[in-house]
Amino acid sequence: MKKLVVAASAVLMLTVGVALADAVGPNDVAMADAVVAESLTGVAGDPAAGRDIMINRKLGNCLACHVNSEIPEQPFHGEVGPPLDGVADRWTEGELRAILVDVKQAMNPESIMPSFYSLKLGARVAEKFEGKTILGAQQVEDVLAYLMTLKEE
Amino acid sequence: LASLVSPALADPDNNQLIIEGELIVTDVAAPDSSPLDHIYSGWRFRSPETQSLQMDDFENPGFVAVDAAAETWETADGSEGKSCASCHEDVSSLAGLRAELPKWDEATNKPATMENLINRCRTDRMGAEAWGWEQKEMVNMTALISLQSRGMPVNIQTDGPMAEWMEKGKDLYYTRVGQLNMSCSNCHEDNYGNQIRSDHLSQGQINGFPVYRLKWAGLGSIHRRFKGCMENIRATPFKRGSDEFIALEAYVASRGAGLAVETPSVRN
Ligand code: HEC
Ligand code: HEC
Ligand code: HEC
Repeated sequence: MKKLVVAASAVLMLTVGVALADAVGPNDVAMADAVVAESLTGVAGDPAAGRDIMINRKLGNCLACHVNSEIPEQPFHGEVGPPLDGVADRWTEGELRAILVDVKQAMNPESIMPSFYSLKLGARVAEKFEGKTILGAQQVEDVLAYLMTLKEE
Repeated sequence: LASLVSPALADPDNNQLIIEGELIVTDVAAPDSSPLDHIYSGWRFRSPETQSLQMDDFENPGFVAVDAAAETWETADGSEGKSCASCHEDVSSLAGLRAELPKWDEATNKPATMENLINRCRTDRMGAEAWGWEQKEMVNMTALISLQSRGMPVNIQTDGPMAEWMEKGKDLYYTRVGQLNMSCSNCHEDNYGNQIRSDHLSQGQINGFPVYRLKWAGLGSIHRRFKGCMENIRATPFKRGSDEFIALEAYVASRGAGLAVETPSVRN
C-alpha cells in the first residue's frame, strides 16, 4: 500500500514538474507578427482533450460563439464569431496559437473573444479568478491540436 | 448537418405583444443619444412559448407576485399603523412612475430608484423596517407599482443633475470587466440578435422589470440581472442598490427611452 502511494505521488510530481518548469508563463509568450511559433509547453497537444475543452462551458466554451460542424452532438452553437469549419486551412499553427493566447493582440484589440492565455484581464476580476489565465498552457496546446484537425481542403 | 448546428434565430422576430386586447409597443426608433438605430424589448428575442406566457395575465406567473403585493398594499405595518393605501389610496395613483425611474431626488441629492422611494415610505412615514433590495415583499411591490405604468413609454430625465449619473452609467456600460474581459456593449450592443450558445442575445433593456425569470422561478430586480451578467463574465459584481448599479440602471433606462413598460415581463 505504502509503495503504491509513493509511486502515485512520484507520478504526480513528475507531471506537475513538467507543467511548471517547461511552460512559458502568460507574460513571457513570444508573439511576433501575430504568430506564436513555439509550443507553450513542449508537450504535443491532445486533440481529443482539446475538443472537450471547446465544449466545456467552464473552460473554452468556444461553442458559445462559434459554429463547428465537427461537434454535431452538441445542440447549441453560437454565432458571435466566425464558424471554425476548415480553420486550419486558413491559418497556420503559429497563427492559431497566437489567436488562442491573446486574440486582442493577434487580431483585433476590440474583440469580444476572451484572451485565453493572457493576464491582461478586465476590471474587477472575481477573486476566484484573480491572476489566473482562462486556460492553462497545456490546455491551449490541446485546443490548438484539435483546431489543426479542422481541415476541409 | 448545417441546420442542426446553425441557430434558428437571428434578428428579433416580428411578433406582436398584445395583452388583454391592447398592443404593447416592443420596438421604436432609438432615442437621439443612442448608438443604435432601432431599439427592441427583450420580449422580441424570446421563444414563442416564453412570449405567450406574457400575453395572458392569467398565464403570466409574475401575477402571483402582483396579487401578493396588492394584499401588502392594504396591510398596515410599522409604528404608525399605516398601510400604503392609507396615504396613496388606490395603487393606480402611482401610474406613470415606473417610466420615469430612476429620477432625481432632492432629498438625497442623487437619483432614486423605485426601491429607494418605497423604503423611504416604510422607514420615514410608516415607522416600519426597510425591505431588502431582493426581498420578496420589495420585488413584489415594485412589480405591482410598475404594472400601473404598463404600456407607457419609458421617459427618463437625462439632463440637469442626472447628466453626471448618465455619464457614470455609460462608463460602466462600456468598461470591460472580469476574467472574460467583456463589457455590456460587447453582448447587448454589438451582438444583439446573435445566439450565444443557447441564449439569444437581446439589447439588455430594462422596460420589463422586475421580470419573472423561468430560471429563477420567480421575480427579480434590475440589479439582480446586472449582477448575474457580471458574474457570468467572472467579475465581482457591484452591490444591489450601489451608486454604480443606480448609475447603470439610469443609463440603461435612457437607452430604452420610448419602449413601453411591460412589467411583469416573462423571460427564460
Ligand atoms: C465570446 C465570443 C467568443 C468565444 C467564447 C470564442 N471566440 Fe473565437 N472568435 C470570436 C470572434 C468575434 C472572432 C472574430 C475575430 C474578431 O473578434 O475580430 C473569433 C475568431 C476566432 C478565430 C479566427 C477564426 C477565423 O477564421 O478568422 C479562431 C481560430 C477562434 N476564434 C477560435 C476560438 C476558440 C478555439 C475558442 C475557445 C477556446 C474561441 N474562439 C472562443 C468570438 C469568440
Ligand atoms: C457574455 C455576454 C453578456 C454580457 C457581457 C452581458 N450580458 Fe446581459 N445578458 C446576456 C444574456 C445571454 C442575457 C439573456 C438573454 C438576453 O436577454 O439578452 C442577458 C440579459 C440581460 C438583461 C435582461 C433583458 C431582458 O429583457 O430581460 C439585462 C437588463 C442585461 N442583460 C444587462 C446587462 C448589463 C447592464 C451588462 C453589463 C454589466 C450585461 N448585461 C453584460 C449576456 C451578457
Ligand atoms: C404616511 C403616508 C404614507 C404611507 C403610509 C406610504 N406613503 Fe408612499 N409616499 C407618501 C408621500 C407623502 C410621498 C411623497 C409624495 C410625492 O413626492 O409626491 C410618497 C411617495 C411614494 C412613492 C414615490 C412616488 C413618486 O411619484 O415619486 C412611492 C413609490 C411610494 N410612496 C410607495 C409607497 C408604498 C409601496 C407604501 C407602503 C409600503 C407607501 N408608499 C406608504 C406617503 C406615504
